[in-house]
Amino acid sequence: MVITGLGAVAPGGIGIKAYWELLTAGRSATRTITHYDPSPFRSRVAAEVDFDPVREGLSPQEIRRLDRAAQFAVVAAREALADSGLAVAALDPGRIGTTLGSAVGCTTSLEQEYVVVSDGGRHWEVDHGYAVRDLYRHFVPSSMAVEVARLAGAEGPAAVVSTGCTSGLDALGHAAELIREGSVDVMVAGATEAPISPITSACFDAIHATTPRNDDPEHASRPFDRTRNGLVLGEGSAVLMLEELEHARRRGARIYAEIAGFASRCNAYHMTGLKADGVEMAAAITAAMDEARLGPDSLDYINAHGSSTKMNDRHETAAFKVSLGEHAYRTPVSSIKSMIGHSLGAIGALEIAACALAMEHSTVPPTANLHEPDPDCDLDYVPLQARVQRTDAVLSVGSGFGGFQSAMVLARPDRRMP
Amino acid sequence: MTAVVTGIGVAAPNGLGTDAYWRATLAGRGGLRPLTRFDASSYPSRVAGEIPDFEAAEHLPSRLLPQTDRMTRLALFAAEGAIADAGLRPEELPRYGAGVVTAASGGGVEFGQRELQALWSQGKDHVSAYQSFAWFYAVNSGQISIRHGLRGPSGVLVTEQAGGIDALGHARRHIRRGTPVVVSGGVDGALCPWGWAPQIATGLLSTAADPDRAYLPFASDAGGYVPGEGGAILVLEDDEQARARGARRYGEVAGYAATLDPAPDSGRPPGLLRTARLALDDAGIGSDEVDVVFADGAAVPELDRIESDALTELFGPYGVPVTVPKSMTGRLFGGAALDIATALLAIRDGLIPPTAPVDAPAAEHRIDLVTGAPRPARLRTALVLARGYGGFNSALVLRGCNDTTDSEETAR
Repeated sequence: MVITGLGAVAPGGIGIKAYWELLTAGRSATRTITHYDPSPFRSRVAAEVDFDPVREGLSPQEIRRLDRAAQFAVVAAREALADSGLAVAALDPGRIGTTLGSAVGCTTSLEQEYVVVSDGGRHWEVDHGYAVRDLYRHFVPSSMAVEVARLAGAEGPAAVVSTGCTSGLDALGHAAELIREGSVDVMVAGATEAPISPITSACFDAIHATTPRNDDPEHASRPFDRTRNGLVLGEGSAVLMLEELEHARRRGARIYAEIAGFASRCNAYHMTGLKADGVEMAAAITAAMDEARLGPDSLDYINAHGSSTKMNDRHETAAFKVSLGEHAYRTPVSSIKSMIGHSLGAIGALEIAACALAMEHSTVPPTANLHEPDPDCDLDYVPLQARVQRTDAVLSVGSGFGGFQSAMVLARPDRRMP
Repeated sequence: MTAVVTGIGVAAPNGLGTDAYWRATLAGRGGLRPLTRFDASSYPSRVAGEIPDFEAAEHLPSRLLPQTDRMTRLALFAAEGAIADAGLRPEELPRYGAGVVTAASGGGVEFGQRELQALWSQGKDHVSAYQSFAWFYAVNSGQISIRHGLRGPSGVLVTEQAGGIDALGHARRHIRRGTPVVVSGGVDGALCPWGWAPQIATGLLSTAADPDRAYLPFASDAGGYVPGEGGAILVLEDDEQARARGARRYGEVAGYAATLDPAPDSGRPPGLLRTARLALDDAGIGSDEVDVVFADGAAVPELDRIESDALTELFGPYGVPVTVPKSMTGRLFGGAALDIATALLAIRDGLIPPTAPVDAPAAEHRIDLVTGAPRPARLRTALVLARGYGGFNSALVLRGCNDTTDSEETAR
C-alpha cells in the first residue's frame, strides 16, 4: 500500500507546498482565537486556518451545505486527487474506497445551529422550524465521507473512522487494510477537523487540557519543553491517495512512501488520562514495526504525538524507550503540533502527510518552541530547526481520549526485495 | 480464519436483555410508543422506540453515571451481557487479545444537548468536564474497553444505520489478523429534542400518531421511519479458540461487503444489489443458499422499492423469506447490529420473526415478507442488509455452526 497523492489544508497555509514550507521553517501558526470572542475562556489560543471557501473553489451550494470540516476535506481531497495524477474516471468506481477520520465531526455547524433552534439555549424543546434542511448532514459525520467519495466518483466501501485523536491514523490504517484484503484498488483516505468553537473550548477548559499561555500565543504549543502547560487546539485536513504498489507502478505514479505497518491498542485505563509507563503505545509501536519488518535501528525519524500536555509528552517518551530501547535515544523525534496545534481527529493524517513529505525531501521538521528541555523528556526532539538527513523509514504515533494508541510506519517501497 | 459469534447482549425497546427481546419479537410485540422522554407535542413526529424499563443505577457503578450519555449506559449493559453470555473472562486472554469495534451515528446527543444548553444559557463554567468525551463518537468503544480491560485493536465506524453491520465486518478483519476476540456491534439512541430536530428536517420521519401504524416497511401505507434507542453488542471470536474453550457458537460471519451509492444525478443504479452480491461472493455461496433475509426496511416508499427490486433480482419474485423485525424497535442507527443478533437467534431456534405490525407487503414489492406469526424454517444461512443516510450500503452473511444446542437451556 503506497501513498501516491497528498493534499492539505493546514494552519499557516493551504496546499501541500505552503504546508511543507511552514513545517520546515519551524514557524508557529498558533494565535489568539479569531473565530469567535474567546475572552470568557481560560485558553484563548488556537492554530486557525485562514480559509476562504470561495477562493478555494467551492461552489455556493457546497459552502451552504458543508460544515467547515467537510469543506477542508473537499479542498484537500481535490489537491490529493490532482497530485496523484490518477484518472479516476477511467477506474471501476466500485474499486475506489473512502475513509475519513474525524473526532468531533461537524461540531462547529452543530453548535451554530443549536444556538438558533434553541434560541440561545433558552429552550430544551428546540424549534425544528428553524432547522436548516441540511442539519442531519451535520448530525451524522458520515456525510463528510460521502462528499469526499463523490469527488472521486467512488462507490467502494466508505466510512468515517472516529476514534478521537487517533482518528486520522486509524482512518489511514483502515484504508490500507481495505487495499490489502483486496476490497479496493484505490483509497481516498484522510481526516478532517474544525473543532475551534465555544463548546470545544469550554470542555477542554474544564479539564485544563488546553494551554492558558494567552499572552504569548505564537509560542503556546511547546511539546517536550519544561514549561509546556497544555495543548493548543488546531484545525485542518489532510487527504491522501493510497494504492496497491503494483497498481501505482503500472501507471508510473510518483510514490511518496509505503504504508509498511500499522497497529492500534487501547490502554483500557481512563477516558482522558494516561498511565506514565506508555506500555500500550509501546505495544502498538512494536506491532507496527513488526508488520513493517523493521527493527528499531532502521528508523530514521519519529513523528511524535507531542501534544504539549505534561502527561502526554512523558507518556510518549516512555513508550519510545520501551519499544525501541537504546535506539529511542538515537532517533530524531519531533512534534509538528508545536507549529499547527492539535487538530484532534485530523492531526494523524496531517502528520502522515508531513512524514511523506519528510521522506520526499529527506528533511525532518523540527519541534518549534522547544527551548528548555524537560528533564523527563530526554530524547533528541529536533528543537527549532529542520534537519536534512536520510529519511527512509518513519514512525508516526497518536494517542487519544478513550485510551486509543496507534502507530504507523512508512518506508521507501524500494527497500523491499522483489 | 473463521470468526464466530459466541456472545449476544441486547438492549431493545421491546425487551431489555436477549431473552426478553427475543420473546417479544417472536410474539410480534413491539416497543414503539408515544414519546415520554421529552415533550414532543410541538413536533410533527411523536412516536419512538423508547426502552421503558432501564434504570442505569441498577446496572452500572455509580461513578459511571455522571460521565455517560444514556446510549453509552445501554451499550455498557449490552456489552456486559454479551461477555457474560460468551462465558468469556477477558483477564484470562492475552494482554492485547481482545479489542472493541462499535458503530456510532450522532454520538451521545442528549448529554451534548445538556452541555450546549449549559454553555449558552449559563456560561462556560457550567459545562461538565465529561463533555470532552461523553458525547463523542468514540465513547462507547472507549468505555467498553476500560470497563472490561480490552486492550486489543479497536475502532469506531460512522456510516449512520449501516454502521451496525460495518462494525462486525471490521471486527472480523481484526480476528483474521490474529486478535482472538473482538467485542463489537452498536448501541445508539438520540431521543432528545436535539436528536429529534435534525431527523425531522430530512422529511424521512413518520408522522403517524398511532404507534402501530407508524413504521411499516414495505407496506402500502409506509410513510417513513420511527427512531428507537438500543442495539446489540456481540462477542466475535476466532473459531479455533471458541471451539477450544467449548464456547457455544451462534454462527459464523461468513461474508461481508460495503459500498456507497453513486451520486443521485449519475444515472447509475443504487448499490444495494451489488453489495448483497459481493457479500455472498465473499461467503463463497450463491443466492440459492440463503434461507432468510433481514432487510433494511426503510419504510420510505422509494427506498423500499430499491430494496425489494434488489431482492427480486437476486432471489427471484417471492424467492426467499424476508423479514424486518426492526419494525418493532424502530431504526436504531449504529444499533442496527441488533439485526445480526436477531438473525443468529432465528437460526438457533429455526424461527423467522415477523415484520409486525405489517399485515402484508404492498403488491408492488414482490417479496415473501414474513408477517403475523413467526415462521418455522430450517435456517442455516441469513443475509442481513443495512443502509445509512447518504448512500451507505452494507451486507453481512451469517451461517449457523451446526452446534447442537439444548433448546431449553438456550431459551431460559
